[in-house]
Order: sequence, then C-alpha cells, then structure tokens
Amino acid sequence: MRVKLYDLAHCRAGDKGNTLILSLIPFRETDYPLLSQMVTAEKVKEHLSSIVKGDVVRYELPNIASLQFVCQDALEGGVTTSLALDPHGKTLSYALLEMEIELQKGI
Amino acid sequence: MVRIGAGAGFSGDRLEPAAILVEKGQLDYLVLECLAERTIALAQKQKWKNPSRGYDPLLEKRMELLLPLIVKHRVRLITNMGAANPVAAAERIAAMAREKGLKIKVAAVIGDDVMEKIDKQMLAIESGKPIDSYGTILSANAYLGADALLPALQSGADVIVTGRVADPSLFLAPMIYHYGWPLDDTERLAKGAIVGHLLECAGQITGGYFADPGKKDVPGMARLGFPFADVMPDGTAVISKVDGTGGIICPMTVKEQLLYEVTDPTAYITPDVVVDLTTVQLREIGPDRVEITGGSGKTKPDMLKVSIGYHGGFVGEGEISYAGPNALRRAQLAGEIVYERLKDCFVNLKVDYIGLSSAHRSFLGQGGEPYEVRLRVAGKADTKEQAELIGEEVESLYTNGPAGGGGARKYVHEVIGIISTLIPRQMVNVQITIRE
Repeated sequence: MRVKLYDLAHCRAGDKGNTLILSLIPFRETDYPLLSQMVTAEKVKEHLSSIVKGDVVRYELPNIASLQFVCQDALEGGVTTSLALDPHGKTLSYALLEMEIELQKGI
Repeated sequence: MVRIGAGAGFSGDRLEPAAILVEKGQLDYLVLECLAERTIALAQKQKWKNPSRGYDPLLEKRMELLLPLIVKHRVRLITNMGAANPVAAAERIAAMAREKGLKIKVAAVIGDDVMEKIDKQMLAIESGKPIDSYGTILSANAYLGADALLPALQSGADVIVTGRVADPSLFLAPMIYHYGWPLDDTERLAKGAIVGHLLECAGQITGGYFADPGKKDVPGMARLGFPFADVMPDGTAVISKVDGTGGIICPMTVKEQLLYEVTDPTAYITPDVVVDLTTVQLREIGPDRVEITGGSGKTKPDMLKVSIGYHGGFVGEGEISYAGPNALRRAQLAGEIVYERLKDCFVNLKVDYIGLSSAHRSFLGQGGEPYEVRLRVAGKADTKEQAELIGEEVESLYTNGPAGGGGARKYVHEVIGIISTLIPRQMVNVQITIRE
C-alpha cells in the first residue's frame, strides 16, 4: 500500500541562503523507525529533483523522533535575489509531504 | 526562576500579543525580535537620508502600546528594533517616555555595524567570491552575541535596543545576567540558546505557522497567544503562554520550531556557543506546557558572522488571471506571448502559473486542470525602468492577449541581496549609550 508522508508526518520548511531545510516529524513517535528506514536522503533528493539541485543531507534526532533534511542549492539563489513566487521556499514543506512511500502489509 | 516572553517574531508581527504578555504573563523580560536580514540594509538607506531614522518602522507603534505597560508591570524590554540606528531608536523611545510622563532608562547597544572595518575583497561564504563583486554594498553588520548585551543589562536600563544580534542571544543575555552564568559554561549557555531559538519566532511555537485543518487543528488562531519560558538555574525550561489566549503549545509545535532553519542539528552555531540539538528532550507537563531538558554545547566560534547587504538591481513582476474552460491553455498562451516579446531584454525571465505549479516550481500533485490560473512573469533588471517593462507587457494582454484575461497587476521592487562573511571577534567593539 502506498501512502503519502502527509498521512504519517508533519513538516516545517526553513531557509538559510540558498539552502532549504525540511523537518519530518511523525505524528506518532512509534513511526520514527519506519520513516528513518523509508525516507532516505536519496529518496528525498529524487522526489524533489525539480527543486533541489545540490546535495541532500539527512540528520537523525531519535530523542525527539524527528528527521531533518538539509538541501543545498534549492532556492534559486536564495530569498533575497530569487525570482520565485515563494523565494523562502516556505511552501515546500508540503512538497516533501506529497512524497509517497510503500508500506508493507502488517504495518 | 526567570521568565522571558517573546513579543514579536519578525518586523511585521502582530502588536497586541506582546501587550497581553506584559499585562498577564508576570514576565521578568520581554524580547521583541524584529530584524530580518534585509531590513537592516533598507534601514541603512533610510539613515543616509535622515540621520535620526534607520530604526524599525513599527518602533513607535510598539512602544506606544508597551512603554506604559512595562513600567507598570516592571518588565525589562530587549529588542533589536534599533536596526541600522540603535542610538536614534533609544532617543526616540526616551522621548516617547518623557511625553507620557514615564521615567525610564534606555540603553542602545552599538558596534554591530562593521561597514568601516570590512575589506571589500573579503570572500563571501556562499560563493568564495569577493563581496564587492555582487554589487554596491549597503550595509555590513556582525551578529553580536549575548555578551554584548550584558553591560546594558548591568546598567539597569529598562529598555535595551540593539542592531544586529543573533536572535537566540537576545534571549540568552537575560538568562546569563540573571543567573550569573560564566560565559565559558557551554552546557548552560547551550540550554539557554536552545530556549532562545524556541522563542525567537514568537507565535511559531504557539501554533502559528502550524495549523492544517483536520490534521493539525489549532484553537483561537485569531487571538494567538505568544510564548514565554520559565528558565531554571540549570538552563532547563518550560515553554508556556498566557491562559485564555489562542493557540497551542505541544511537543509537535516545539519540534517544528526546534528544527526550524537549522542547517546542522549537531552544531547549531551562535556567537555564544555551538549547540548540539540532538540531545534535547521534550516532555508535555500540562496543557500548553512543554518542558525542555538536555541540550549540550561546545565553545563559541572565534569568528563572528557578518551579514552584508548589497544593491542587486530591480525585480519587475506582472500577473493576470484566467478562469473557466481552457483556463490553463489560455494562461499558457499569454505566458508564451509575453516571453516572446521580452526574452531578448532579460537574462532570466520566470514564467509561473499560479494555481498549477508556481509555489513548488513543478507539478507534484495529481488531478485535473485547475478552474482558474494566474499567470505571473518576473525578471531582474539593472534599472527600475527596465524592470517596469514586465508589468507593462503583462498588462497589455488586456487587449492584445488571449480571451478572458482579468485582474492584471504590476509590481517593481528594489533587490537587496544578502551575503555573509566572517570577521575576528576582536575587530568588533561593542559599546552602550544611555538615554533617559
């Protein structure tokens, strides 16, 4: 069964220069191992390939059951000079939550 | 225990939550964080025109509301609303207090402006290129740390007004002052900086920028309460808000804010301490009450970050809407027409379809055609006149473009670009000026 990350987790987007920062926080802390397993840096880079031009690094925060994705070269130059409608990339939290993962039976 | 409230999280933030915090929050300190990266460069331009200006445009409005309340409730106010001119801001605040018959002492913290000290050949962190290769430099401000505010706190000032200070440091300073934490106590400084980071965006931890109806519901958002923290001598804290205000504080809101804008959770750099957020622990201890424990740190960096504002030309934009049958194709035809007419005049012309693919720069969803689409064209130019061409071309679609275009709007704004560089701490000379 395929589910959207939106069904399992929430996210806030932040920016620093041309870097996009996306948290991924499961509604249920017990889903943290599943998200850690399924939502790798590579998968996020692939899903956001039209947005993120540079590397994606994933940080794990098991204490608060959260993941952080730091995406380089993702904001068309950054908030101050970008021509994008949303130069901060603030709406991109929901671009990550649009990603789908495959759930195995029994989960 | 020391109680510190966050009464503004950005320059344009709501006014009354700070007043509610002062009246009903039993605060020791109120912090107003109002200074975005670009704001200081814009303020610097104002200061050139008028030496008594260059502070935050909402300073008078906020002080009008807050000065009588902070005197009545004995709350000390800390704010970076000084922007490019903290001394002028302090003078204005002192004058306002005199007009109201209030006796207060205002301290301006200066020294963040390092325009005269930087070498234009210094390299930008972002690109490795010299900073003056970007355009005319308008401002250069070092991110001061909490230590810069300590003399002002020791002076007994009721209001402390600064220019550029790292946001968490505005909150950390009163903790250091209140408890006498040594400046090399990385453990407690880290915990305090974490609390500062959690508070710096004000409503973003009380349910603002969080709500998603049916998924993450937040009560009373029209009267969102702003947060305060009760900080203990060991740096642990409880984040809460005034009873009866709107919003919600729960582990979910705290997690979103903890990770907000952090590029490396293992090493979140502030001028005071380098913080490891991965050791933070959260516990919901009551309704709208979350306890923050853990958090650790390493010694502060030798260099201070300097934010540099430069003139980056002008952006012109034009928008027009199409709705009903075949709206998308008509909007696309309109985009093609404008592109053909302007492509030789602009290096980079951005054509967006609002309602389809503009915010995420691509179409990630599923589903059919949108009922209405808004064409947006944007481009950058060296002059204002050139930038205006874009809006003019979009507007001319009224009589020259596809059928049914409406609601055309045109905009031009000056681009203030921001880059950063690093300078040694010793080059920054912090002083305070008192006004009464």
